[in-house]
Amino acid sequence: MSGFFKSSIGRKVAMALSAFFLMFFLIIHLAVNITSLFSEDVFNELSHFMGTNPLVQFGLQPVLIFGVVFHFLMGFVLEIRNKKANGVAYAKNNGAANSTWMSRNMIYSGLVILAFIVLHFIDFWFPEINTKYIQGDMSGMHDGGFRYFHELVEKFHNPLRVGAYVVAFILLGLHLAHGFTSAFQSMGLTAGRKKNMQTFGKLYSIIIPLGFIIIALVHHFNH
Amino acid sequence: MNLTLKIWRQKDSNAKGQMVDYKVTDISEHMSFLEMMDVLNEQLVNTGEEPVAFDHDCREGICGMCSMYINGEAHGPDRGVTTCQLHMRMFKDGDTITIEPFRAAAFPVIKDLVVDRMAFERIQHAGGYISVNTSGNTQDANSIPISKHAADEAMDAATCIGCGACVATCKNSSAMLFVGAKVSQYALLPQGQVEAADRVKNMVAQMDLEGFGNCTNTGACEIECPKGISLENIARMNRELMKANIS
Repeated sequence: MSGFFKSSIGRKVAMALSAFFLMFFLIIHLAVNITSLFSEDVFNELSHFMGTNPLVQFGLQPVLIFGVVFHFLMGFVLEIRNKKANGVAYAKNNGAANSTWMSRNMIYSGLVILAFIVLHFIDFWFPEINTKYIQGDMSGMHDGGFRYFHELVEKFHNPLRVGAYVVAFILLGLHLAHGFTSAFQSMGLTAGRKKNMQTFGKLYSIIIPLGFIIIALVHHFNH
Repeated sequence: MNLTLKIWRQKDSNAKGQMVDYKVTDISEHMSFLEMMDVLNEQLVNTGEEPVAFDHDCREGICGMCSMYINGEAHGPDRGVTTCQLHMRMFKDGDTITIEPFRAAAFPVIKDLVVDRMAFERIQHAGGYISVNTSGNTQDANSIPISKHAADEAMDAATCIGCGACVATCKNSSAMLFVGAKVSQYALLPQGQVEAADRVKNMVAQMDLEGFGNCTNTGACEIECPKGISLENIARMNRELMKANIS
């Protein structure tokens, strides 16, 4: 099997497997975030569970980080190989005649998402790791109550940050609009070419980013 | 109609090429694109210039020889046709038409619009065949029952003429539509299934060795393919390779 993952198709399959994992993660992440719109307490409880449960922290979190890093690194590796496979550039190339903008620019939407993840880590992940594992405060408390909801709301004060989030999620939507069905095709699954699955893919690529955008905007304008 | 042509001229594989402008006049809309190129070449020969080298053979859309990237698309703006079947009625009087060779690192330019597509041959040699003992005891193929569905799909895959439009069109210069079609036409039929695992492994290995890129499922190849080869063939090739590695 090691030879398989060195082949062009094997690498695409690996890319698709990590994509499926990340797409599933997005659903979980959005589901947790949505609770912040309805109940501060539920959001706090869920965040505390996710942030302190050993299975999530030391089981799922490393897998997630590996998935993200792998998807980006493999994306770059494939892009470099694909650029090498090109000959002299065409003087005139009408890509729009046969393919969508999203499908031709996955590397650029991917780079924007990477920049977003860096910002997201600086905003939430690094402070969390610092509080929990460097300062050793696993209580999740601040000023007599859970701190998670207040941290979330505070981050969305800054309109520039909210703007960056909105732009990044639009690009994520475009990335998913191609990536969702593309992952099926790479896995050799005909399902990705079926109309129902394509419709589902379109809905997924709109609903997930839109959900995150709405949450950021609601907290920005409400608090 | 009168046209301006911007054509890639390159003396040989080592020379540095460039786009050169030409004018052609009184082109009939009923001409095929290659006939228009013949008119240009006649004009060039009469003025003592080197004619434009381009590949062609059957001129009826079946041999896969004619190539050309016309106005930014493999085989030009029409659908389901090779360059020889592209008619000048697709263009207007006064148009400027850009004509380039199929581009890919694995398809080096030999001269002008002629590219070396031997990489496809080498992929075929790696497994695009069935080994049959032709000693005289061969079973009649028609005596092996297969479903109409499989027969149709195998035939559809087998209509690939190996022209290379998929590679030329692909932003990654991927040959997966071609290899997918060649893998599929055998994988769908009992005669081909015997060697299916080795075939897909060897053909994909050769494809990678030739330096073709990875499919990113833009679907451009399927649109530009003169024979309408479906992306389903790429999915099938991926399945076949996974199956071959698991079993």
